[in-house]
Amino acid sequence: MTQPLLSVRDLRTWFRTSSGVARAVDGVSFDVLPHETVGVVGESGCGKSVTSLSILRLIDRPGAIEPGSTIEFEGRDLMALPEREMRAIRGNRISMIFQEPMTSLNPVFTVGDQVAEVARVHSGASRREAWERAVEMLATVGMPAAAERAKEYPHQLSGGLRQRVMIAMALMMGPALLIADEPTTALDVTIQAQILELLAEMQERLGMSILLITHDLGVIAESTSRVLVMYAGQVVEEAPVRELFAAPHHPYTEGLLAAMPRVGAERERLAVIPGSVPPPTRWPSGCRFHDRCPFAWERCAKEAPPLYRIGEQHASRCHLAEEPERRAHPHEPVAASRV
Amino acid sequence: MTAASVPSNELSGANGARALLSVRGLTKHFPITRGLLRRRVGTVKAVDGISFDVMPGETLGLVGESGCGKTTAGRSILRLIEPTAGEVVFEGQDVRALSGEALRRLRRQMQIVFQDPFSSLNPRMSVGAIVREGLTIHRIAEGGAAERRVRELLEEVGLRGEYASRYPHEFSGGQRQRIGIARALAVEPKFIVCDEPVSALDVSVQAQVINLLQDLQRQRGLAYLFIAHDLSVVEHIADRVAVMYLGKIVELASAADLYREPLMPYTQALLSAVPVPDPEAKRQRIVLPGDVPSPAAPPPGCPFHPRCTHPRKDAACARIVPPLEEKEPGHWVACIKQTPTAIGWEEQQAAGGTLAPERFIPLESLHSARAAATGAELSGE
Repeated sequence: MTQPLLSVRDLRTWFRTSSGVARAVDGVSFDVLPHETVGVVGESGCGKSVTSLSILRLIDRPGAIEPGSTIEFEGRDLMALPEREMRAIRGNRISMIFQEPMTSLNPVFTVGDQVAEVARVHSGASRREAWERAVEMLATVGMPAAAERAKEYPHQLSGGLRQRVMIAMALMMGPALLIADEPTTALDVTIQAQILELLAEMQERLGMSILLITHDLGVIAESTSRVLVMYAGQVVEEAPVRELFAAPHHPYTEGLLAAMPRVGAERERLAVIPGSVPPPTRWPSGCRFHDRCPFAWERCAKEAPPLYRIGEQHASRCHLAEEPERRAHPHEPVAASRV
Repeated sequence: MTAASVPSNELSGANGARALLSVRGLTKHFPITRGLLRRRVGTVKAVDGISFDVMPGETLGLVGESGCGKTTAGRSILRLIEPTAGEVVFEGQDVRALSGEALRRLRRQMQIVFQDPFSSLNPRMSVGAIVREGLTIHRIAEGGAAERRVRELLEEVGLRGEYASRYPHEFSGGQRQRIGIARALAVEPKFIVCDEPVSALDVSVQAQVINLLQDLQRQRGLAYLFIAHDLSVVEHIADRVAVMYLGKIVELASAADLYREPLMPYTQALLSAVPVPDPEAKRQRIVLPGDVPSPAAPPPGCPFHPRCTHPRKDAACARIVPPLEEKEPGHWVACIKQTPTAIGWEEQQAAGGTLAPERFIPLESLHSARAAATGAELSGE
């Protein structure tokens, strides 16, 4: 068995707000192996972004990672590290790219300076050496005329080129883990194709692992090997990508797959998941999906399901794992009666 | 191509039927000004002479990437921004010639649903007041009758009538989009511009809103101009689709034809780039080089030529502006290298052309991948 690169156990990141405790991430556990791409998929408010920020310990008050959560990376417990050592890991061994490259770049520095700064901070390179490495990295990520464009400011670049700058910054130190949080969501589909291709190519070259967070099941299908489906602060299903699409187990995963219009598919009426995601201050009792679920029965409202192991690498947080015969009797979910 | 050269009905799906909306040569240029005197130093050709028809009860999809001009086109049709040139005819009336009371009457027929359900509803107005506004302005109903109508409208879009007294912040994104749809329906329009109505919504909620729009269309015979960047959503909802690139329509066809056999190299690349939610699908993806050029400095000739992957692309593409031509029945394409074309080979050679036009269909494997994906779904049932 390969040693995991990243091991997250019972991660709970809660926000204590005036309207109550928002349990944004509430008991999330997963591993990322070396060189693999793990996808995290879910809708807004499911906790996927807070999970990724928690790994880097980038949670500000009123949020906090609750005691008992463990994040082990390269054999070290990140929760126990002093902030100074954590800073040496961020942008170096673990780096991150975000959805909106414009707000993640500093508008008053050239993009070359910003890429070079990574090398200066983390490897103490000289100004000149850092600049040269920055230009080289920008060329590697496909920036045309890199030596010239490095002197430009973020606003002078298109969205796709800005995302390439972000990727250059993230890969400068050759990280073991790249966390990509909706890296193509703000981009047009033809530019998205370029960026996804670039990420795959860079992974091949640098041998890093990628944690890819997205709401887009198409991106998941094309770019990942293993998938975590999140709902209401929890992982509700985990499976290798082919198995997830071919044989989804959790009714939420099934619902998501059915609700998506697909290019080339028959034009039938789209399946819907009735209702909407509940607020994180008031997760429903029992299974958090029960009032939107077409299979829910009495047990689901009372008893919170554990993550049942249903296959060698397949797990599902649904009582159907124990009572599969219930799947034969779908009904109108409770939430269907109140939009 | 100039507006006048397109005969009526040619750009519509159903020959002989009368278009509800006819757009000819619609143009919107924004000036770029500089300095204290706001000297004009350039022009952004956001919409650059587009023509199409929308038939009664039809959904025309308008797709393209950011900055292609699709939103500006939708707003110019409604005169929410004033077009620079061109003709917009709705039920025989010249929309651009109207003003005052006549324009107001016309606006009852033509409504819009916006992308962002958070900024398009006034947070200080109750939901009832938002939906009632149109009823009052157009003197459709007052007092108790208006109250009843508001409740009916809310129920029609799947909300509870008693929500009328609540405020927008109390609702989720999907519910707010339903409120925006109820507002548009209040004045009983025949035509609604849907400007990215589901882009801000999560997948599960998006499906609810798409189904609602389709139900309302069936019940009320509504026509939609459905503006979106999501090609799978458009294929699902549209009868015909127009593809825009840098302010121009580069392809216009029935949704079935366009998605089965796109002919414009830009559309081919766009469709091949859509991620397919099927890990078993074998994909042939056309990754386009570079970025979309600025609409302030569009390339000469064909606006797409710098990124084009057509194997017959040559110097003529940089000189000749390709007309939107009917390459197959009802399938309009702006490309002088896709046969047939009215731009003769001699004319192309005179413009520096070295490669004779030839039909280019790179996406066969994409089709088989799609067929396989659909088959897999069926057998998985």
